[in-house]
Amino acid sequence: MMTSYAQDIITGLSSLLTGMKVTIKTMFTKGHTVQWPRQTAQLPLNFRGHIRLVANDSTGFAKCIACGSCVRACPSNCIEVKGEKPEGAKKKSPTLFRLDFTKCSLCGLCVESCPVAAITFSRDYALAGLTSEPFAAMNLLDEVASPFAGEEQ
Amino acid sequence: MFESQTAPTYHLETVEEQENDFILNLGPQHPGTHGVLRVILHMDGEYILTADPVLGYGHRMQEKIAENMTWSQVLPYMARMDYLSALSYNQAWVCLVEKMCEYEVPRRAEYIRVLTTELNRISSHLLWFGAFLLDLGAFTPFLHAFEDRETLLDLLESLTGSRLTYCFFRFGGVGADVDAAFLRGAQDFVKQMHTKLPRYHELVTGNVIFRERTRDVGVILPFDTWGYGLSGPVLRGSGEQYDVRTSEPYSIYPELDFNVPVEQSGDCLARYLVRLNEIDESLKIIEQTLANMPEGPIKSKVPKIIKPPEGEASMAVETPRGELMIYAVSDGGKVPYRVKYRVPSFANLSIFSKMARGQLLADALAILGSLDLVIPEIDR
Repeated sequence: MMTSYAQDIITGLSSLLTGMKVTIKTMFTKGHTVQWPRQTAQLPLNFRGHIRLVANDSTGFAKCIACGSCVRACPSNCIEVKGEKPEGAKKKSPTLFRLDFTKCSLCGLCVESCPVAAITFSRDYALAGLTSEPFAAMNLLDEVASPFAGEEQ
Repeated sequence: MFESQTAPTYHLETVEEQENDFILNLGPQHPGTHGVLRVILHMDGEYILTADPVLGYGHRMQEKIAENMTWSQVLPYMARMDYLSALSYNQAWVCLVEKMCEYEVPRRAEYIRVLTTELNRISSHLLWFGAFLLDLGAFTPFLHAFEDRETLLDLLESLTGSRLTYCFFRFGGVGADVDAAFLRGAQDFVKQMHTKLPRYHELVTGNVIFRERTRDVGVILPFDTWGYGLSGPVLRGSGEQYDVRTSEPYSIYPELDFNVPVEQSGDCLARYLVRLNEIDESLKIIEQTLANMPEGPIKSKVPKIIKPPEGEASMAVETPRGELMIYAVSDGGKVPYRVKYRVPSFANLSIFSKMARGQLLADALAILGSLDLVIPEIDR
């Protein structure tokens, strides 16, 4: 009885010391913390941020043809697109492309469904705000030139 | 029903009230429940007389939502059920639709699926390892586990684009191809884990405090396992060798060489050992998929609008928590007619009332932790 009690103490103590050994060893290894905001972690290439429109290289207008595939593909109904044919053009151009980012789940189905590869992911990750308004109606057309710019006024 | 906080009216069995008994609410906001789970404990001092879990705080009607979505729109919702093993859920859904529509899946896609799912399984088990030991009051292992998990999440993020709620598999394939950097990263991770696993055992498994807290605590007898519908490591900790990957093989699992870890004692320690051994087996699977990764396309041609023929199908996969079964009925339309999820955590929680009876409160938290519950999956 007495010997097993002593034995328990010895095995118990040695197990605690083994654990301590691991901890002390780890103390001298390199840390993994990224000291944000003084440092920033690298974003992976496939990072999925909110969506943005791709501009046509030559004209600078959005590639989007306002077909509405992304609107139909979206599980959360967060995209709203309206389009018209500009004077003399063959295809439609968007007059409205609004994203409700508060509902978006970043699944990427809209990007995949686009027949002309007009949508891509932004690399914007610092998306915090005090109110929901800037995110509830993000006007994605702001970033690209519009073929309707001259007509409006 | 919830008028009185102190007198629950929905006890599984009523215990005669003694003078010094009291009711203790564990949760819905409690670090030990890992989510919004409420357990009503009828206590006699430090001992539990009855324990009744109260569910539904995070209920989102996932099954009803699926009836209003097209077949491909349901996919992102899969990750919101079990956020720790989103890829297993992805796999269950895509395999189900592929089964209904009889789509072919290229070999390379199958390999990528198994590779990423097993990486996801390891990340889930690592998180459980950290959280379980946190429940027991050990803080150091948590940091070790999260260090390794961080490498893994970075790796999966580089491929899938998200860290936790992946939406990566597609009908007839996967969303993106693996590149050389990813494969090298996976190889490095396997190497890293082979040196880290023995350290986990050194730090935790042999620790006398850990062993005393988990040995013979929350024993599940083999007799109870099937009756309660247990699955996953909770079932295999009680000596039952059942794993969907081998019993009802899907994907390329029949071609892979791996064991299903089983422990006989049925206590918290057994469930802990099963999960750690599963990490080892997953590493084995990853090594095999990396060595035999075939070349070829990653996605077969499938129509843009999915309309499975009229009929029904079910698909079972092994998630890190146990058996997930999805049953779907199609009426030939664009949206599912009915979807039913059979989730592992829900069944695994059902035995908690029985296990907690007569235990100390601190042991009940160890038992709850050892079941590896994900509450959004239970409530779905």
